[in-house]
Amino acid sequence: MKNHYSAFAVAREALRNHTGWQRAWRRAQPKARYDVIIVGAGGHGLATAYYLGKRFGITNVAVLEKGWLGGGNTGRNTTIIRSNYLQDPSAAIYEKSRSLYETLSQDLNYNVMFSPRGVMMLAQTEHEVRGYQRTAHANALQGVKTEFISPRQVKELCPIIRLDGPRYPVLGALWQERGGTARHDAVAWGYARACSDMGMDIIQQCEVTGVRSEGGRVVGVDTTKGAIGCDKLGIVVAGHSGVMAEKAGFRLPIESVALQALVSEPIKPVMDVVVMANTVHGYMSQSDKGEMVIGGGADGYNNYTQRGSFHHVEETVRALIETFPMLSRLKMLRWWGGIVDMTGDRSPILSKTPLEGCFINCGWGTGGFKAIPGSGWGMAELIAKGHSPLTDAFSLDRFREGRFIDESVAAGVAH
Amino acid sequence: MLILTCPYCGVAAEETELAPGGEAHLTRFGPGSDDAEFESYLFYRENPKGVHFERWRHANGCGKWFHAARCTNTLEVFGTYPAQTTEPPAALREAISAKRPGWSWRSFSEET
Repeated sequence: MKNHYSAFAVAREALRNHTGWQRAWRRAQPKARYDVIIVGAGGHGLATAYYLGKRFGITNVAVLEKGWLGGGNTGRNTTIIRSNYLQDPSAAIYEKSRSLYETLSQDLNYNVMFSPRGVMMLAQTEHEVRGYQRTAHANALQGVKTEFISPRQVKELCPIIRLDGPRYPVLGALWQERGGTARHDAVAWGYARACSDMGMDIIQQCEVTGVRSEGGRVVGVDTTKGAIGCDKLGIVVAGHSGVMAEKAGFRLPIESVALQALVSEPIKPVMDVVVMANTVHGYMSQSDKGEMVIGGGADGYNNYTQRGSFHHVEETVRALIETFPMLSRLKMLRWWGGIVDMTGDRSPILSKTPLEGCFINCGWGTGGFKAIPGSGWGMAELIAKGHSPLTDAFSLDRFREGRFIDESVAAGVAH
Repeated sequence: MLILTCPYCGVAAEETELAPGGEAHLTRFGPGSDDAEFESYLFYRENPKGVHFERWRHANGCGKWFHAARCTNTLEVFGTYPAQTTEPPAALREAISAKRPGWSWRSFSEET
């Protein structure tokens, strides 16, 4: 079986020229059928598979990925983890997720570098001050530890910030002390390794081209590596959810747009918190390598191009420079986009679908990374048992019934 | 940067000069419609990876609404046309057919 990663293992391998390390996950070819097929080997898909095995003992599972593991939004986000949402169902799933991150490295025996360095969401208008004070009160009732802090406290936590900008003064912030960041690739890799160890097949470069059904019930999928049968199907493909849903014969209230981010050249440590500035459409943290990781706005029109638009970078950087004047000297190194799946109420969909046995997990929009463990936890229960207290409120029929989970304020990026 | 030609003033306008207005040719449902129709009208939008029809406004220009046909996968623009219509013009549909054989979008397709 696989190596157990530990300080002892590192020492042992150092003594034998690192010849004993094994593949983190097996290279698998599809079997004829599985109990459960998960489409999409990103964080959410792999977490779903992992908790199916760990919580419910369902290990005859395949995770199909058309590209490479963790190569979609899992590898393209700005790695922010927080749970300071407004509505109760959101607080439940995001806080579950955040709390799972606390021990995820130990659970997976894989260092996901969870760094609860604290997340502050700046209030730069009177409306934001009131909005965040309301969120802080809601969080207190939900048992999520956040507080509204003063500009003086903001400056103490983040000395490089300029409080008295003429256009965007800092009037306070919503502070979540146990929010932070994690290594996004490691989250996917850690789950993949654990899934593979439970006997699950992770099949990359295997695109699902069709969904097979009989009598309104899913029976399998067609893929570029042939037909594969299944009892249950979980679609966890983020930006391409609409494309997959069409193959499965139903529609989703989702629109796909590009969201972009960029990083600067690496510099010495200047900022040990995550700062989000929603009024100016920017958020920033400093990576362990020293790069300033900057998230920008989303395009206003549907597209699948996985690249950014220059004018969004200009807007984001212009505004951030006013709040962080020291940024103006930095060169930007890399710039990329990911396709985010936006719902009308900015909350995700974790639900049964009109196709019996087919489940969908999508709509995480601009903030899915933080939710990976909680989403997998709930989605696994939904697939195994047909319902989950964590996901029931996020069903597909909430739009028809008017049970919105409105997070357009808390979702944290300009829409 | 996306560049669309305004069909009214003829200006090849950059994205920053335009305001996106979402899916084109929506059928509106109001009083008397059933839940499914109203839900579909309010929340369900076409989200194709490929040929897409949209509304745009020449916000920092002549201010008028117009339609655009675009590929969401490549950002290729097939053409723009005025807002006073409920379907894409035949010439534009033929132009799209030449570039994307077998395309379809809602009730419109290569054949119709």
